[in-house]
Amino acid sequence: MNLEAKIPEAPIEQMWETHLDHLRLVGPRNRPHYRVIVVGSGLAGASAAASMASMGYQVDCFCFQDSPRRAHSIAAQGGINAAKDYRNDGDSVYRLFYDTQKGGDYRSREANVWRLAQLSTQIIDQAVAQGVPFAREYGGMLANRSFGGVLVERTFYCRGETGQQLLLGACSALAQQIAAGRVRMYPRTEFLDLVVIDGRARGIVVRDLVTGQISSHAAEAVVLATGGYSNIYYLSTNAKGCNVTATWRAHKRGAAFANPCFNQIHPTCIPASGEHQSKLTLMSESLRNDGRIWVPRNSEDTRAPSEISEKDRYYYLEERYPRFGNLVPRDVASRNAKNVCDDGLGVGPTGHGVYLDFRDAIADHGRDLIDDRYGNLFEMYERITGESPWKTPMRIYPAPHYTMGGLWVDYDLMTTLPGLFAIGEANFSDHGANRLGASSMMQCLADGYFIIPVTIGDYLSRHPYGEIDTNHSAFSDVERDVRDRIDGLISIRGSRSAASIHRELGQVMRDHCGIARNATGLQAALGEIPKLRERFRTELCIPGSGSDLNQSLEEAGRVEDFLDCAELMCRDALLRNESCGCHFREEHATEKGEALRDDVNFAHVTVWEHAGEGVVPEPTKEPLSFDALPLAQRNYKT
Amino acid sequence: MNFTLKIWRQRSHSEPGQMVRYDVDGVTPGMSFLEMMDLLNEQLTVGGEEPVAFDSDCREGICGMCSMVINGQAHGPARATTTCQLYMRQFEDGEEISVEPWRAAAFPLLRDLVVDRSAFDRIMQAGGYISVHSGPKPEPNSIPIENALAEEALDAACCIGCGACVAACPNGAAMLYTAAKVSHLGILPQGQPERYTRVTRMVAQMEHEGFGSCRNYAECEAACPKEISIKFIGRMNRDYLTATLRRPIKRDGPMDSQ
Ligand SMILES: Cc1cc2nc3c(=O)[nH]c(=O)nc-3n(C[C@H](O)[C@H](O)[C@H](O)COP(=O)(O)OP(=O)(O)OC[C@H]3O[C@@H](n4cnc5c(N)ncnc54)[C@H](O)[C@@H]3O)c2cc1C
Ligand code: FES
Repeated sequence: MNLEAKIPEAPIEQMWETHLDHLRLVGPRNRPHYRVIVVGSGLAGASAAASMASMGYQVDCFCFQDSPRRAHSIAAQGGINAAKDYRNDGDSVYRLFYDTQKGGDYRSREANVWRLAQLSTQIIDQAVAQGVPFAREYGGMLANRSFGGVLVERTFYCRGETGQQLLLGACSALAQQIAAGRVRMYPRTEFLDLVVIDGRARGIVVRDLVTGQISSHAAEAVVLATGGYSNIYYLSTNAKGCNVTATWRAHKRGAAFANPCFNQIHPTCIPASGEHQSKLTLMSESLRNDGRIWVPRNSEDTRAPSEISEKDRYYYLEERYPRFGNLVPRDVASRNAKNVCDDGLGVGPTGHGVYLDFRDAIADHGRDLIDDRYGNLFEMYERITGESPWKTPMRIYPAPHYTMGGLWVDYDLMTTLPGLFAIGEANFSDHGANRLGASSMMQCLADGYFIIPVTIGDYLSRHPYGEIDTNHSAFSDVERDVRDRIDGLISIRGSRSAASIHRELGQVMRDHCGIARNATGLQAALGEIPKLRERFRTELCIPGSGSDLNQSLEEAGRVEDFLDCAELMCRDALLRNESCGCHFREEHATEKGEALRDDVNFAHVTVWEHAGEGVVPEPTKEPLSFDALPLAQRNYKT
Repeated sequence: MNFTLKIWRQRSHSEPGQMVRYDVDGVTPGMSFLEMMDLLNEQLTVGGEEPVAFDSDCREGICGMCSMVINGQAHGPARATTTCQLYMRQFEDGEEISVEPWRAAAFPLLRDLVVDRSAFDRIMQAGGYISVHSGPKPEPNSIPIENALAEEALDAACCIGCGACVAACPNGAAMLYTAAKVSHLGILPQGQPERYTRVTRMVAQMEHEGFGSCRNYAECEAACPKEISIKFIGRMNRDYLTATLRRPIKRDGPMDSQ
């Protein structure tokens, strides 16, 4: 497998500019001859589709929701980072690069991370120009706050709905291009397979979710912007429809998958209340800026939290990490919450919860300020739990949230399959083994507004346009595969819903491939998943047919891909015999219980190719180098 | 908890629909309304019946996908709440609950509780944007924006596009939606150059889509899960009027570099 990342020959500060200077371009007159497919209309997909269309390319954009604006990016709450240094607190491109590399526990590609930090400031400029109403200070300047794991205030936000506002900005640009006839938008349409001709991605096969019609679309390049796969755990902070289908099917057609086991568990979610739970709700991490996290010191303490005196409260993050306190990175916060709950100190009916307390913040800053900052989050919490955070501390527990793993891409964001690009959360990205808060939206928009529109030109310029259309036999072959698969699922006619099997898969993954992992557990999971798949293939029940709106069928297709991907995740987690970032192997911890990396054997990206049904794949490694920032053990203690 | 549900079932736009009765038990007060519907669908699936089709995605009140008229109210009885954020503790054990789709001429029904809201997107395409290309932009702090102004824009911009305003309106009007979109951009300095063409085009598209006219019932505001104020409708009307007065100025559509 060719894992040439195509990193430009230049000092890191000048790599991107050097690359831009040497990329091949497609001239404005030729652009309208090229068609590009973008699957996904989240921050990455919408910004990419709009940007490419406004340059003149013909774009076909797909999403499974009824409107592009409903992509899961809409749910991002806390904010977006940018190295503007508006607060004069020592921020810089280098500092953002440093924080991202360190936060990712040195498992990302330096060149990409530097570029991300560099482009971060332009994103804010772009969004403001589009009319994104970021929070302002009283003097009219843009406001900032700080966000998990860093020592500067560089996060831009719109109340607790930054994702919605950024996505509305990107979708408004998309709407303009749709109106101009340069983007054909296909909502309620699901990508089901990729068409590869002579080793290049040349189109896709989709299903119209309303009519059930299967159809083909041809293009000179395909961009996947289909988001992450945290729903593999069944319970996660992701929207119900988030899936691995698009990236997984592309994987089966030849795109390599990188670091599948790197999954982030977010520390501040509302704990599950019972069996029926369909998703977990994230409480923005920004709450950790003012809220204090604690549990009772004594596991027998059953008093109401307000009655527990200061000395009986265990502010475990503040005690264990005096410098960062409640703002340690997400993986550290999640693991510590699990630890104290495993030690029997957890609170709430299930014992899987810790307090996030605003009592002191309200006393220090006044109710108005706290209301300003978190009012809508408090309301949301109360609506879900029936308890008011003004009166009693919130209860939180970690939940699967973000997948750092994804399709392998080179510096141009192209996968190992020529002509197939992956952007946003769908690629293996710039976040290494752990993503810092407010950095995903930054990456999605850097990819979509500024990187893919130029790098795709370099690829397109090397290929003629219009040689292939959907009459090519490869399209009918893939369409047939897709139909066979749907018929196969419907004809099982068992007695179990896909959701019930998904729930079981989630339990296996949470138990063995979640916050903490070990070889025995991972091996057990690798034994259980094939059994689950067998049950899926014999017991699944899909009422109705494939020829109209059938949500059971949609769900079954996604669960089938989750089952396959889960196995690869566990295999990857087992192979990575070290702890790094979110991947915490219990066998590899420091004396103080911190993740212990093994840089000699694992300073690489693990890249998996599909080897065929039932064949155990062999991974390839992309070695990582650390020139701009030498390796160091992460330390949030001092 | 147990409930008797009366749910609108309809295979497609062209076939007739009817209310169908279902009993669902084993509901807990901590379940969301949609989790209760999941439970019913699980029961139906295991029994070999087709589950009830309904839209949902984020299940945290922000994507605007969920859309049910519950006991005659868009998104149900709770104030400022989407269907997915409605919890069963709001209902009495044993209660009979009716569940229907959004009903409006401009939102054709697709199946059961699922409707087609693409008219909203076409209103946006008519002018709901500020024309900018991607690429270098001026330093944003070079145009200070008063805090209160940014907040007011956000009060409008927080619309999640669910369509409850249309479903709640006796006339099926989309004034609150369109006004929220027009105002978000019209309030900000960046939105000024296209302010009047925007309002003209968006209102024209809204009318073209077959939404009803506004008679000031204010049901939209009451049903809005984001509590968007009808004052924005007044604001849009003023902009629209100004735009009409300015109309003689001939413009050839938005400038385009291509
Ligand atoms: C609750 C929550 C809060 C968050 N808060 C923050 C934050 O404060 N800051 C931050 O930086 N990040 C945050 N994140 C992370 C961030 O929101 C996501 O990583 C990011 O939005 C992903 O964007 P995306 O464009 O890659 O994918 P998405 O927004 O997930 O979009 C995926 C798109 O692909 C389409 N799609 C998927 N599969 C298919 C298919 N098979 N066929 C057709 N279409 C398909 C979907 O319809 C959708 O349009 C948060 C995430 C969550 C869950
Ligand atoms: S499902 Fe997203 S708002 Fe209800």
